[in-house]
Amino acid sequence: MGQTIAEKILTQHSSKQVYANELTVARVDLFMGQDGTSPLAIKAFQEMNGKKIFNPAKVHLIIDHSAPSPNEGVSALHQLMRDFSRETGCKLHDIGEGVCHQLIPESGQIGPGSLVIGADSHTCTYGALNAFSTGVGSTDLAAGLISGQMWFKVPETIKFTCHGQLPKGVYSKDLILKLIGEITADGATYMACEYTGETITALSMDERFTMANMAVEMGAKAGLMEADEKTYQWLSQFTGQKFTAAKADPDAVYAKELTYDVSHLVPQVAKPHRVDNVCPVNEVAGTPVNQAVLGTCTNGRLEDLRIAAQILKNRKIHRDVRFIVAPASRQIFLAAMQEGIIQTLVESGAAVVTPGCGPCVGTHNGIPADGENIISTANRNFKGRMGNSRAFIYLASPATVAASALTGKITDPREYI
Amino acid sequence: MLLRGKAHIFGSDVNTDYIISGKYKFKTLDMNELAKHVMEDLDPDFYQKVSPGDFIVAGSNFGCGSSREQAPLAVKYAKISAVLAQSFARLFYRNAINTGLPVVECDTANITAGDELEVDLTKGEVTNRTKGIIIPVKPLPPVMIKILNDGGLAAHFRKYGGFNF
Repeated sequence: MGQTIAEKILTQHSSKQVYANELTVARVDLFMGQDGTSPLAIKAFQEMNGKKIFNPAKVHLIIDHSAPSPNEGVSALHQLMRDFSRETGCKLHDIGEGVCHQLIPESGQIGPGSLVIGADSHTCTYGALNAFSTGVGSTDLAAGLISGQMWFKVPETIKFTCHGQLPKGVYSKDLILKLIGEITADGATYMACEYTGETITALSMDERFTMANMAVEMGAKAGLMEADEKTYQWLSQFTGQKFTAAKADPDAVYAKELTYDVSHLVPQVAKPHRVDNVCPVNEVAGTPVNQAVLGTCTNGRLEDLRIAAQILKNRKIHRDVRFIVAPASRQIFLAAMQEGIIQTLVESGAAVVTPGCGPCVGTHNGIPADGENIISTANRNFKGRMGNSRAFIYLASPATVAASALTGKITDPREYI
Repeated sequence: MLLRGKAHIFGSDVNTDYIISGKYKFKTLDMNELAKHVMEDLDPDFYQKVSPGDFIVAGSNFGCGSSREQAPLAVKYAKISAVLAQSFARLFYRNAINTGLPVVECDTANITAGDELEVDLTKGEVTNRTKGIIIPVKPLPPVMIKILNDGGLAAHFRKYGGFNF
């Protein structure tokens, strides 16, 4: 019987052939924790009588969500992570290195066919590299650090086939928002998504990461793509390691198969307070914006910054807008500096903050005031997400965010491209 | 195990930011402190309203969003004895079982605020004593029953030194 990408990767890491809905305890290639989840994992590790990590080289702890620390409570938890890393030998990424979902792909330790566990819901991002990667909680992470394994219910898969070329000014962020709006926030719960078709093949790696990243916003466990030349070329920047890609069999069994034609897609916006509350940009165009955010694990990569810089080149953002930029990693920050992107953004009026999660999760770096509207390239717009439940968050592509920063209201970026 | 308490009603898609906001969870590992803020953005007085043993009763996709284990822990430390919902998001479901918070998947349409409920986890049924109806419960997967019976995943690991299913 044919297998999906998810079934193949989980089989390769198990002692038996597995199919959807079966249970397996699988060997995991890499574990990740961030500063919101690692402290509890360290506590659970101790409660489990954990003495050592099964293989410290395969464990990365990343300080990105609340970095640099905004208060002494956070500082104490960061210190706990640093001490644990020193004691166990696992790799610690300290403040300024970047957001976990950029650093793990940049580590060169994972690639096509890998199985990755992260204590963060957006761990599904690495599906863009054809890795089966999914989020777990802190206790699961602790169990993984001790055993090198994780238990999985093998997910069923929804296959999304996308045809056609994305129009100018329309990006993979618009496509994934459109899909989430249709599937809804729980339409893919416990399932894997496979994204395929010529639209996906035409996407750059940066654009693919955006789509894989948001699979969890449909409830999915993973957002997978096949590996191709672009995948290997991207990985060659970081590693010479050979990987065994997983390709879906022609007779693989899917829970659902959906086909889309993207050639007439327009820029999309997710309105407050739900990620699946999606509409075409013209429905909300003109809504005043107080803060614009460019960055996060969804859209803080070099191409994202470049798109914004192209719109803002020799222009100034609106006087009533705060424009916050958080590059996804130090490496991206450096590349953006070398290319003049950072100069352009800063000249336009941007406040550039430490590479990492930026203001996405409401701990630091730009908490909105009561009644304010924010347009952000992030992946969540829940009430209170950015630290104030009386603010309103709209999600969109880097182009829409940049164009809106420029005009002070939600704006169709196609007017500026 | 028999649990008794009254129902506190929430809608569908209650996400983990609502259960415990990111602005609190990054600061501390003191779950008693986090519990004071549970559901705060949906109902600022929720923590005050809960009597030990009460239930959270919700629609579909309860606990969607982040992987934060602080969400089920904050609920548990607020002395909620179980969460009843039409369906749960994957991460919350796993985290709840791992940390020993019972999650009950059942039809919650006939439960209203303040109803006196009795949840029998062994028999797999919910009795709405106020309305005099019995609601069947979708059984947990065997692996999760094993983890719950061992007292959570940490206790399972202490007992076996690894996964033992």
